[in-house]
Parts: sequence; structure tokens; C-alpha cells
Amino acid sequence: MLCDWCRYVRVQLNDNTGAFSFLTIAGGLIRTQHKSNVCSFVTRRHSLCATWSYRSMADDKDVLRDVWFGRIPTCFTLNQDEITEREAEPFYLLLPRVSYLTLVTDKVKKHFHKVMRQEDLEEMWFEYEGTPLKWHYPIGVLFDLHASNTALPWSITVHFKDFPEQDLLHCPSNSVIEAHFMSSIKEADALKHKGQVVNEMQKKDHKQLWMGLQNDKFDQFWAMNRKLMEYPTEEGGFRYLPFRIYQTMSDRPFIQKLFRPATPDGHAHTLGDLLKEMFPAAIPQDDEQMKYQVIIHGIEPMLETPIQWLSEHLSHPDNFLHICIIPAPND
Amino acid sequence: MSENAESPTETTKEEPTTVSSPAENSGSNEEKKKIDVLLKAVGDTPIMKTKKWAVERGRTVQSLSTFISRFLKLEPSEQLFIYVNQSFAPSPDQEVGVLFECFGSDGKLVLHYCKSQAWG
Repeated sequence: MLCDWCRYVRVQLNDNTGAFSFLTIAGGLIRTQHKSNVCSFVTRRHSLCATWSYRSMADDKDVLRDVWFGRIPTCFTLNQDEITEREAEPFYLLLPRVSYLTLVTDKVKKHFHKVMRQEDLEEMWFEYEGTPLKWHYPIGVLFDLHASNTALPWSITVHFKDFPEQDLLHCPSNSVIEAHFMSSIKEADALKHKGQVVNEMQKKDHKQLWMGLQNDKFDQFWAMNRKLMEYPTEEGGFRYLPFRIYQTMSDRPFIQKLFRPATPDGHAHTLGDLLKEMFPAAIPQDDEQMKYQVIIHGIEPMLETPIQWLSEHLSHPDNFLHICIIPAPND
Repeated sequence: MSENAESPTETTKEEPTTVSSPAENSGSNEEKKKIDVLLKAVGDTPIMKTKKWAVERGRTVQSLSTFISRFLKLEPSEQLFIYVNQSFAPSPDQEVGVLFECFGSDGKLVLHYCKSQAWG
């Protein structure tokens, strides 16, 4: 079932108890609806558990597709202080979660350029409720970090003046995005394989990864990216996991440290193990109310999910597992 | 330790962080605030007489790059690229402390700098 506006997809999953849950992918936001209980944490976790425990080659590839084709319905509005020659209508777009703002907003730029004078046009930048949006973070990360639990469409303000030099990097062309993207892949591979896989690739292979992302070609990208996801079977995972943990409550950009996918005796580390070491407050104590939500691609994966599996399936195309920790809504 | 910096304190306008001699930071606690960074020139980029610097963990790649450019008296038009592991250019807003945690070895972080794109 596919809705033509927000692309609601419903997948029926069988969880461990034999009951059915629905995994709903709405604009890349995966929400589950249990028959009796809509969107509770338990069922959300349950259905993802089902995805994992009933894994097969086909299922896992579906996860990669769902992640790749996640979209966020967005409404772009021109900043009120911009001088226009006539009224600027808002512009609507489905933003790919795994892409970058400045890579997919040419149409937004053209739309607002039409109502502005040439001399008033400086570099375009984006803001959400007072926060300048970093184009070099994947779109899905920006949404999860700043706009989770708000109504769609995501409302972004477009600016053409007063570029916030302290907060944002300049993005004069797509080649800057490409350089940033390839650097991230290399950094991730330095952690995963001491950089050996990415260094053995040819220039055209690197280009294939970038073109895959730029042109939204899932098969083209993954034909090459799967090499970056390989590891020796006897090792049970990557050398270290490329992950970044973002929090809105801190001025620090993100947490990134060395973390292995398994213990020395071969026991798989889980998302919970990672958080315990990097951000213990994110793990609820006993019956305590959840203080934080741990979000990856708009979902809250079970803390019991093996971190190696998450790295292989829920990483962004830049090969990092981006994890957002946000204060839980008090409802 | 003879190669260690005896440098003037460099303060950038935007950030109150400093680059200074490790001697000031002799605390032996594990999570010491400053880390040792070894700066190596690539190709025909001028070398720095002082190679080893104590840098605050929270300092960004961008601010370190500004520091090197000023130290080498580069023209404002000249670019400076910084590399980790001789392979990737970290994002300008990346903290050197994070790079040290993930890519440091023997208690220091080795960074290569270059006026032209050296890798990738």
C-alpha cells in the first residue's frame, strides 16, 4: 500500500509471540502499530525485533531499501526579512533522509530566486526554529535531532543573507559535498578495515558511490558499498564500528570513540552496550520513566539489537551509524 | 621531548582555545584536557620548526588549520588541507579530541597538512 503524498508503506511482520505487528514507513519514519496498541515503545521494539530475528537475505535487503528510500515531507518558507519583488509561495519537497540538504534543494533555490532581486542573493542556508541546519549532516539526522515528534511536513526556513559563519560550513558547489562524503567513507573504513577496502578501490569505484547517492540510485550505490560492509567471518564484525552519537543537550558536535562489535570472547555487543559506555543516561533504570529517546532513521531500535547488524543495515551512505539522543516527550 | 613546542600562546578571536607547550599541562590524569598533536608537512608545503603541539581536545580542525596558516604566514587566498592517517580530510568542525581518541597512536595524533589536495 503506497500513499502518493507521504509514501506510507505497510509491512506485516510476525514477531516472536506469534502476534502480528505492522511496520509502517512514513516518509522514512518507521512506526509500528500493534493491533491493540498504537505506537508504544514496546511494540515499536517488538516489530524491529521481528525484523531482526526473522532475518534472511531478502529481509535484510528490504531494510537497506527502506533506509535508502526514506523521505521527509518538507515545506520550505522564505525568511520574512528577505526582500522580495513579489510574494514568495512556500515550496514543498520530499527530502531523502540519506542525502544532504544542499544536494537536493536546487529546485528550492530556483523557486525563491524567481521572486528576489539578483543583488540580494547570497549563499542559501536553512534554519529550523532558530537552529541553522548543518548541510554536512545527513538530512535524516537533522530531522531526528531537531524535529522528531513534531507534525509533518517539516517546516524549514530559507535564508539568502546573514550566513551564520560560526555554525555552518560554506557549500559553494556539489564538489564540496562530494569531498565531505568521500572523506566520511574513508574515515569509516579506517575504523572498519584500517582503510584497506576503500584504498583498494579505484577512482571510478569511489565515483560510483558518489553518483549513486547524488542520483538516488540504490543498486548503483550498493553494488559498491557492499564491499565496504564485508568482514572476515572469523572476526564476526568490523575492527571498530563507525558511529556518531548526537545530542541536542550539548554544545559538542558528537560523541565518536573506538568501539568493537564484540567482546574478546566473541559475544556480540548490542546498541545497549554501546550506549552504556558512551551515554549511560540513555538507558532507563528499572521502572524509571524513559528520559531520552534513542533514534536512528526515525525509529527507536531495541537496545538488544546487535550493534554490528545496525552498522551494516542502518548506517547512512557515508558508512557511519548516526545515533540521535533527544529528550523524551513527556506525554 | 626536545621537539616539543615552546610556543607563544595563540588565541583566535572566535574561540578562546589555545595552542601551547605541553609543559603547561603536566597533569598525568587519563582524561587530560590537552592532547599531543604532531604536525607533518606534505610535498612542498613549508614545514613548521615546532612539530609537536599540545592542543585542547575541544579545538576544531578549522581552528587548528587557521593556526597553522597563520604560523606559516600563508596568504589568505592559499588553502590548507589537513589529513588523518594520510587518507581522509576530517570535517572542519570535527574536534581534534575525537580524532585523537579514534586515530591517535603512541599518545599522540599525527596530522599531515598540505597546500594542495594530497589524498582523495
